Amino acid sequence: MFYEQITKWQHRLPESSWASYSAADVERVLARETLRPQDLVVLLSPAALAYLEPMAKKAQAITLRNFGHTIGLFTPLYLANFCTNQCVYCSFHAGNEITRCKLTIDEVIKEGEAISSTGLQHLLLLTGESRTQSGPAYMEECVRALRPMFASLGLEVYPLSTEEYRRLFEAGIDSVTLFQETYDEITYAEVHPAGPKRDYHYRLEAPARACEAGISSVNIGALLGLSDWRRDAFYSALHADYLQRNFPGVEVSISVPRLRPYAGSFTSSAAPVTDEALVQIILAYRLFLPRVGLALSTRESPQMRENLLPLGITRLSAGSLTSVGGYSETDNVGSAQFEIADERSVPDVVQMIRAKGYLPAFCDWVNMREENAVGL
Amino acid sequence: MNDIIKSIDLSEDSLFIGGVNLRSRLLVGTGKFSSHEIVPRVLEASCAQVITMALRRVDWKTPQENILNYLPQNTILLPNTSGARTADEAVRIARLAKAAGCGNWVKIEVVQDQRYLMPDNWETLLATEQLVKEGFVVLPYMSPDLGTAKRLQEAGAAAIMPLGSPIGSNRGLQTKELIRILIEEIPLPIIVDAGIGRPSEAAEAMEMGAAAVLVNTAIATACDPVLMAQAFRLAVMAGRLGYLAGPGDRRIEAAASSPLTGFLQEA
Repeated sequence: MFYEQITKWQHRLPESSWASYSAADVERVLARETLRPQDLVVLLSPAALAYLEPMAKKAQAITLRNFGHTIGLFTPLYLANFCTNQCVYCSFHAGNEITRCKLTIDEVIKEGEAISSTGLQHLLLLTGESRTQSGPAYMEECVRALRPMFASLGLEVYPLSTEEYRRLFEAGIDSVTLFQETYDEITYAEVHPAGPKRDYHYRLEAPARACEAGISSVNIGALLGLSDWRRDAFYSALHADYLQRNFPGVEVSISVPRLRPYAGSFTSSAAPVTDEALVQIILAYRLFLPRVGLALSTRESPQMRENLLPLGITRLSAGSLTSVGGYSETDNVGSAQFEIADERSVPDVVQMIRAKGYLPAFCDWVNMREENAVGL
Repeated sequence: MNDIIKSIDLSEDSLFIGGVNLRSRLLVGTGKFSSHEIVPRVLEASCAQVITMALRRVDWKTPQENILNYLPQNTILLPNTSGARTADEAVRIARLAKAAGCGNWVKIEVVQDQRYLMPDNWETLLATEQLVKEGFVVLPYMSPDLGTAKRLQEAGAAAIMPLGSPIGSNRGLQTKELIRILIEEIPLPIIVDAGIGRPSEAAEAMEMGAAAVLVNTAIATACDPVLMAQAFRLAVMAGRLGYLAGPGDRRIEAAASSPLTGFLQEA
């Protein structure tokens, strides 16, 4: 269980420890060929701020060797926004008066066709947490309807059981995205005051359950800014390392979402994640985990996305909507989960990637379930 | 320099794989480049005839994103099964590649380790056995191991592709001694795949007697990929010529040109 790793590190990471590292410590870590968790702590410490440029150069070289100039593209499709949780930072909070809806299978197909027509072939399916409105059976129906249209289907929903993941894998899900939001148990309890999401442990071990179920790719992360970002970044990377070591056949990636404006009034008491901090987190992830994918969503501004791209990012979302529906001309559109900061179309994002000297990849997976999977 | 290259006649030294005589002993990959547009220029500079590409990266929906549309007509496609974690998945990917018109050559890549991308020799052998039965020209990518290589040979592999070091690592011929044993013992072309980071390392592999080398990352991530492709082409030729020329033995001491026991031969 990953929780054992967290308890092991909890007493080794007191608040004061971050300031205890020196420039010499950072230099020692940068001279190492492979990094240990204790080296990651040094790279996330204030002492490493003075070394962002050499870290960036190293991170870029590692990323080029492992991933080349390729940037994978994906886009989210929100299937439903009914939610029984009360996450204080999220527009889908059960108490918020927003337009709730759920796509019918016909609408799902229309949305899928509209997204597919942009050339995108990696689709991420999302729902709020409602087992009555958007349970695993509904997800499975959506997956089967969308499967022929896409090279890869991902799922970003509430944590499921191993058996549920297995059924969805068999229906056509290739990847699972699940953010712990924060690894700090006290903050976790504060920002999830009610609903099934209160169960920290069930969520924490869900990515491992997805791996056990046969899913070939998992994407984890913390919602940076909810709690102490250094700690959350450390545990996110430790979690990715744990998954890589325990499930070596699974492609593991980490997302770096920062808190975005939403329909509500929550303000985090934690220090905000500055641009500088976000850069430090991305570089530390890359140096600690050379082969892990790093995903960046449209939560970041166009300018920020362009600047972060060469630092180690391997996947970008494009042309995203966080509302339920909205890609096709359907009337059934529900409220958005959060405001996106990069509203550019797919062709505009593609052009930006090319201008930065990278190759946008619309397709980086083979659906091995169907004989005609290459779409000919 | 062009005159020197033109004067080199390796026409009698072709590499026979899958019923084809290959003039070029440099195979190249299409991954990791900054654009599709640069690929044809790299291929031209490399003079490679066999080009590998991951089927998972072939975009069939958008013609301008489909790498196959950037390859010269006479190219021999070597689709690889990147993404496969088991023999079964590799077999399925190979069949999809064939059905999609990529020919019947396949480079088997079965990887169950995402940290180092080390090939799984056991699953690779199972996939080789199946795909040979189905009529594929099978080139398995493997960790250099004599026992596995022998079994791959018995299964009908067309060549053996041992790694020099982990994919994309640019660490060179870390497995040199193990590859040397394969070259000595396996009567199939040994193509060093993965890890070659410098033209000198490609030359070294060829001097050892490797039949060919496959290079991707070292070219794709060079500052000037076209120039690097040329460098690899020349390095592979130089290494091959060195091998054919039969290098003298290496010694620790100097060899006296006037032998001390020469008088015994004197009448």
